Amino acid sequence: MNTFVFAKLAATTILIAIASSVVGAPAAAQDTQSAGPLVMRRLTQEQYRNIVQDVFGASMVIKGRFEPDPRAQQLVAVGSSSASITASGMEQYVHIAKGIAAQVVDEQHRDQFLPCRPAAATAPDDHCSAKILAKFGRLLFRRPLQEAELADYVKASNVAAARVGDFYSGLQLSLAALLESPQFLFVHEQMQNDPRRSGSYRLDAWSMASRLSFFLWNTAPDTRLLDAADRGELYTNDGLARQVDRLLTSPRVEVSVRAFFTDMLGFDAFDALDKDGMLYPNFNALVAADAREQTLRTIVDHVLKQQRDYRDLFTTRKTFLTPLLGSLYRVPVATPNGYPQEWVAFEYPQGSAQAGILTHASFLALHSHPGRSSPTLRGKAVREVLLCQKVPDPPANVNFENFEAAQKPGPGQLKTVRDRLHAHASEPMCAGCHKVTDPIGLALENFDTIASFRQTENGSAIDTSGELDGAAFADAATLGKTLRENPQAPACLTKRLFAYATGRVATKSEGEWLKQNLQVQFAADGYKLPGLLRRIAVSPNFYRIDAPEALTAKAD
Amino acid sequence: MSRKELLTRRGMLQGMLAGSAVYVGLPFLECFLNNSGTALANGMPLPTRFGTWFWGLGLHSGRWEPQKAGKIEQLGPELAGLERVKDKINVYSMMKVHTDGRPVFVHFTGNMSQLTGTVPKTNTLALPTIDALVADAIGTSTRFRSLEVTATGNAKASYSFKAGNVQQTSEASPAQVYARLFGPEFRDPNSATFTPDPKVMAEQSVLSAITDQRLGLTRQVGAADRARLDEYFTSLRQVEQQVELQLQKPAPLEACSVPPPPGEMPVGTEIETAMHTNKIMAGLLAHALACDQTRVFNMVFSEAGSALRRPGNPMTHHIYSHEESVDEQLGYQPNVSWFSTRSMEAFATVIETLDGVKEGDGTLLDHTLLLASTDTGFAKVHSLENMPVLTAGRAGGRMKTGIHVIGRGDPTTRVGLTAMQALGMSLSSWGTGSMQTSKTIGEVLV
Repeated sequence: MNTFVFAKLAATTILIAIASSVVGAPAAAQDTQSAGPLVMRRLTQEQYRNIVQDVFGASMVIKGRFEPDPRAQQLVAVGSSSASITASGMEQYVHIAKGIAAQVVDEQHRDQFLPCRPAAATAPDDHCSAKILAKFGRLLFRRPLQEAELADYVKASNVAAARVGDFYSGLQLSLAALLESPQFLFVHEQMQNDPRRSGSYRLDAWSMASRLSFFLWNTAPDTRLLDAADRGELYTNDGLARQVDRLLTSPRVEVSVRAFFTDMLGFDAFDALDKDGMLYPNFNALVAADAREQTLRTIVDHVLKQQRDYRDLFTTRKTFLTPLLGSLYRVPVATPNGYPQEWVAFEYPQGSAQAGILTHASFLALHSHPGRSSPTLRGKAVREVLLCQKVPDPPANVNFENFEAAQKPGPGQLKTVRDRLHAHASEPMCAGCHKVTDPIGLALENFDTIASFRQTENGSAIDTSGELDGAAFADAATLGKTLRENPQAPACLTKRLFAYATGRVATKSEGEWLKQNLQVQFAADGYKLPGLLRRIAVSPNFYRIDAPEALTAKAD
Repeated sequence: MSRKELLTRRGMLQGMLAGSAVYVGLPFLECFLNNSGTALANGMPLPTRFGTWFWGLGLHSGRWEPQKAGKIEQLGPELAGLERVKDKINVYSMMKVHTDGRPVFVHFTGNMSQLTGTVPKTNTLALPTIDALVADAIGTSTRFRSLEVTATGNAKASYSFKAGNVQQTSEASPAQVYARLFGPEFRDPNSATFTPDPKVMAEQSVLSAITDQRLGLTRQVGAADRARLDEYFTSLRQVEQQVELQLQKPAPLEACSVPPPPGEMPVGTEIETAMHTNKIMAGLLAHALACDQTRVFNMVFSEAGSALRRPGNPMTHHIYSHEESVDEQLGYQPNVSWFSTRSMEAFATVIETLDGVKEGDGTLLDHTLLLASTDTGFAKVHSLENMPVLTAGRAGGRMKTGIHVIGRGDPTTRVGLTAMQALGMSLSSWGTGSMQTSKTIGEVLV
């Protein structure tokens, strides 16, 4: 990154605070070079929907089911790099594609979408099909269609139109084919020799455009970004920076920030979240949906709109609530307009137990059982999700004798979950992992499985004290503070963000880049997310490819 | 039906003009062939089906096994639900998973070793599961190569994997299973008229625009991604086949009838909900099989680790399995046993549902082989000893039923091997390492 770019940004008044926060940061000395392999990612359900919305408008109805997006290395983004498509998944993609295409060509919509009309509605029309398929093919395949490709789709459209005796039916089927094609469903990365560095490879311009667009907007490149790719502008620092800043200053960046945190926090598990209906009749799908939204809204406001320190997410008493969440947390939430389901900015009072996203229902309920809380699951989640630490799997043969004896009613009975888990901690086979997870989760035991606050458990007071990697805490609020001060927390964020952006974990050289440069700059920046987003997006490292030998011969 | 035949047929159909009624009774031919397509099988013209049924957390040793080997006289209390169908099932006890010292991934190694024949080294699978092998052998000509459903409400509850760690997705909603099976794409074998839709013919030609790009595309990617693209094209081929089948009038099937739609219903891990969903799914599968929409199916009643629970009780089946003590007087965990017993009742429901469909000289169950497996023996300690395995159905006359087989520490793969042989697959051994076996369970084969 050079000072010329910085100066340019500083001079432009229309750019908002993002630019100024970057100008404030120290100019990066030559970042260490890094590179990684190509990946081929399957579109996530959300990306698919975003693209369809962008290309065909928000009124497009998407009917059908998507295969679940698999997770790998704690992220759906990484799982997408190994996901393929099963027969039942393909069935659904075909069904969805035909449904979308039918709407595009129907009488209400064709004026809006189609740049031309056939000579006769009952016959094929080469010229018009080509025009339409080229237009949509470019947007859906995220690059211009090759001549032979386009010819194939036009021919298919013509054959279909002739068979049915209707131009629009033929067009519907070939448009659907675009949406069913692996060129749409998978994001293919292509590389080429880097002319600036002999022996080096880089993504080609359209692959750069895709990577950038999915990173910052979680969707396919728009026409302006595709145009920039066509003209080779993304190969220049200026051209790239221009597009990066255009994307970063758009409100659409919120879509990707949401998608990132949804992924990182494992919110796809909300789909299968089940709480006992008899014990917790008030916790239903509506409450769960609000709980999920509460956390995402809080995060987006904090890191993007207010541009505050990422680490403060673990201590902030500010959040957003609906009346439904108000009754869950037992706080009064008055909506300004009196509508029953409105989001209201809310701040818990000083000294409140509710501080930081660890005390949100989204975290607490997701990492609990249907009928009771789980310090172990919560502690494990903090380790794996927020600190990027791996907790080993439980061993196969577990000895529960001591534990069971103490479960029986009587004077020795274990009343609180802390007491019960302590039995785990004293058994050598169990202690190794449980001492890593349980103290964290036990701090959150004032919150039951649906995040309702409680002072006692089975009549016994709840002891929430513990320590995290040597730092002591007394309760949930101080746990949040301890987590905030843990250097693994922001380090983990950069690792996850990088994996989200590339669809894979960092290579050795990229790991160095993260550690020596990105994490250091993130800290110097006050842990503000936009700067980190920009630094990744404009860096040549983000687009440099380390080609495996097998593909070397095919470059360019 | 071979790929070559299908291609020729496509060419033939493309030559025909749209709009004229076409009768091409190809599945009729298929019906008279046995599973390897070579000769009449046992004089029975009906296809044999294979299904897997999965339940979590095993059974208590000593509480399910019939006392003696051979004809089942008395079932253990946890199998009480199967009493009415005990002459239609086989029970295999004292089978185990031999891990050869590989790490045991809890609620994974047990079930996936059984289903793939190999103890996984990591938590990803190198090999396909038995149902994928069977589907390759007997499932290639039907509309669906296989169907995966679950009673758990979770689409990720699936133990069906194709090669390359490709997990099949389960249908969790009966209403969606119905729409998929009997929606507009369904061709009723028994309907009097059949008019192929010209739009469907048009769709065929359009799909080939995608497949034509295969070579160019796969040349550009590395080996791992090529495998994923191959999987994509295999899946697309399946869709193409479905489209082709839509253009053919299927031969009439006496046992086939379209059920009424099940409507939306709640799904989840509450025990009664799961039992109900299991029953509805079994019914839909029975119709799907009778109408030859598929010949291979996979049902997950409860997941490995079993999240089954009772309302108002914070202790789930899984939590009970670890935290409930073995009752000193009874000698087992009463609440765990309760869930195990209910699980076996659910299996009985599936068996009885298939048995309730008259087909040919017998019932649908007679022409099916159902394989029931689980993830543990004694769940409390994640034991892989004495892992209960059951089969049901006569596999088109190739399997004897009502038999208890005592394994004496044999790998569970003996059952899988025997099952595949009963389905007419020519293999003499299955599995790797200490899970490898060539010891067919002769007692149960005809």
